[in-house]
Amino acid sequence: MNKNFKLMWWVLVAIIGAYAVAGIALNRGESINAIWLITAALCVYAIAYRFYAAWIAAKVLVIDETRATPAERLDNGRDFIPTNRWIVFGHHFAAIAGPGPLIGPTLAAQFGYLPGTLWILIGAVLGGAVQDMVTLFFSTRRNGRSLGQMARDEIGAVGGTAALVGTFMIMIILIAVLGLVVVNAMKHSPWATSTVAATIPIAMIVGIYMRNIRPGCVLEASVIGVVLLLLSVWMGGWINQHETLRVWFDHEGLPLAYAIILYGFAAAVLPVWLLLAPRDYLSTFMKLGTIILLAVAIVILRPEIHMPALTQFIDGTGPIFGGKLFPFVFITVACGAISGFHALIASGTTPKLLMNERDIRMIGYGGMLLESFVAIMAMIAATVLEPGVFFAINSPAGVVGKEAVDAVAKINSWGFAVTVEQMQQLARDMGESTLFARTGGAPSLAVGMASIFGSAFGKHLLALWYHFAIMFEAIFILTTLDAGTRVGRFMLQDMLGNFNKKLGETSYTPSVIFTSSVVVAGWGYFLYIGVIDPNGGVNILWPLFGIANQMLAAIALCVATGILVKSGKLKYAWVTGLPLLWLVVITTTASYQKVFSTDIRVGFLAAADDLASKLYSGVLPPEKAAVAPQLIFNQHLDAYLTLFFVVVLWVVIVDMLRLCLRYVAGKPVRKLSEVPHEPSRLVENWVRD
Amino acid sequence: MFKKLKHLWHVIRRLSGDDAYEQYLKHHAEFHQSSIDVPPPLSRKEFFKLWQDKQWKGVKRCC
Repeated sequence: MNKNFKLMWWVLVAIIGAYAVAGIALNRGESINAIWLITAALCVYAIAYRFYAAWIAAKVLVIDETRATPAERLDNGRDFIPTNRWIVFGHHFAAIAGPGPLIGPTLAAQFGYLPGTLWILIGAVLGGAVQDMVTLFFSTRRNGRSLGQMARDEIGAVGGTAALVGTFMIMIILIAVLGLVVVNAMKHSPWATSTVAATIPIAMIVGIYMRNIRPGCVLEASVIGVVLLLLSVWMGGWINQHETLRVWFDHEGLPLAYAIILYGFAAAVLPVWLLLAPRDYLSTFMKLGTIILLAVAIVILRPEIHMPALTQFIDGTGPIFGGKLFPFVFITVACGAISGFHALIASGTTPKLLMNERDIRMIGYGGMLLESFVAIMAMIAATVLEPGVFFAINSPAGVVGKEAVDAVAKINSWGFAVTVEQMQQLARDMGESTLFARTGGAPSLAVGMASIFGSAFGKHLLALWYHFAIMFEAIFILTTLDAGTRVGRFMLQDMLGNFNKKLGETSYTPSVIFTSSVVVAGWGYFLYIGVIDPNGGVNILWPLFGIANQMLAAIALCVATGILVKSGKLKYAWVTGLPLLWLVVITTTASYQKVFSTDIRVGFLAAADDLASKLYSGVLPPEKAAVAPQLIFNQHLDAYLTLFFVVVLWVVIVDMLRLCLRYVAGKPVRKLSEVPHEPSRLVENWVRD
Repeated sequence: MFKKLKHLWHVIRRLSGDDAYEQYLKHHAEFHQSSIDVPPPLSRKEFFKLWQDKQWKGVKRCC
């Protein structure tokens, strides 16, 4: 009876889910309610988690509850600590959930709400969550080894080096694009700039409090910090009204970019306790709090989605980024569906905390589902805006024109209604001087969130909500920027340590300053180019980031597929093999198009040639001609970088295939590096003989 | 209800690292009590310094 009831329950979930997915996919009416997206997502996740993830755990990975985890065997009270699964889930989710799933779907909304939403759902349950879960499992069986080490041990030195270099490159591009998003959100906005600036001293106050005033009182300090942050949002409004003070915080993009670069260097060199650690506490609390608030607001409000299911920009002419629906929707959504970066977390701290292997499904698979749900909410926040408003905010001046009248005329010509007065009123409501051409995704997400929060919790506070949303995005973008710069520094020191012992010492000051400078200069360069690019650097940097991120995911899936084949599970290799195949197809196609396409908004080389011929024929206005040589150089550099990513990816794939073929042919291969079975003493029902 | 709230508070403290020092003392008492030549546990301030520096050695935050 009980079993039948359960079966009926799951059939019901399946029917509701199928109905909701069909509803959003087939709807061609005026608008659709956001609750459809939420319902579809929750049903898809529930079924995938209950059946697919459980099947992978039982049949493919063969999770063994009686086996002692590294946390149990190597328990040292420091890195290896057996921890309750909800606690591990919290740590894991806080680590994987960054700004990516908020920005990616917002940008991908230029194709309409449907393609991005479908990929966020399908990509997560069949790709991203599988990647996170199998990586977590394999790392747990190898004493919590990192992805790079596993690639070296299981596939070969080539794969290991590729994973290491890939991680380093993705970090550089990621930080640059995130820096660009923050710069675009602060450009000529005294309110946003002063609030973001205030987060630095606030983090320091919290840091000093935790270190010296009340050592280790993390929660107390964080509460003080959060209160100060909210106060700074409110103070920002006051500064915005103040005639002399507002000038201090009203800047062009370039000085803001220099400030971010300087800040990034300071954050990498300063001790962690002063800036990085306290900022991370604040950003984690803000992140979790705001995500919960957004979910509650969407459920209370059930907003209508105004963006059509598909826009005409699936043909590749979109204003936010050039490129057709295939493959660019997959590259753009990136983190919300599948993120290679997660493999670094799933093979880092998380496996060292697991108390039992059975927690792997919940933490690896479940954690990614929650991240995917954040991406769905970002998609909703972007698509509840009128499409005309969405494109007015997100289209760069280089595409729609500098003047408001031109921009509005251009957007109207695409068939999306918007007026200059409407945009001016919106900007006034949000406490901004203008909302035209505020690219990068953060401002449009903030407008979307502000309108949702405003409708749910009071409309008169729109400007406060808007700047709260900007502060929330900025604070954890800056955390990723700090943490990424630092990790990049450690990786570089580690690599240089092979050549010079002294350079490899993480506390040797000249080495710290040198390596930090190299890392900051690396992303600082891309940030600088992104800011001076009249077409908005997002068009260049985000696809580059997406390609790098999906490439890293492909490497992780390569390692997993190789291990599955070597473990004699060839018949299950499709579980990681199919998502891998898909990632290879999309990254290779996207890379090919980014390098060789003749469309100047897609192909790097075509764009460089076009700009060069315009420069030599003298048709460029002087301010554009001044930066043209740098832009041409950068387009070439980006082309080579993309080629480099693809080559790295294919080298790893060929290496993995060679290994699999050798294994299938019965030839000797590298031995599995799995740690031998040891019975767990933590399992209650385990009986010692 | 009260018990549940207490449990939630416990989870929040553990997640944020608010009770890290208490956990450390517990671990120290459990594993290092038997031997005589083990140094006494670190002070709260010293422990927190080490704990915080250790936390930021690897990849901790993602995109």
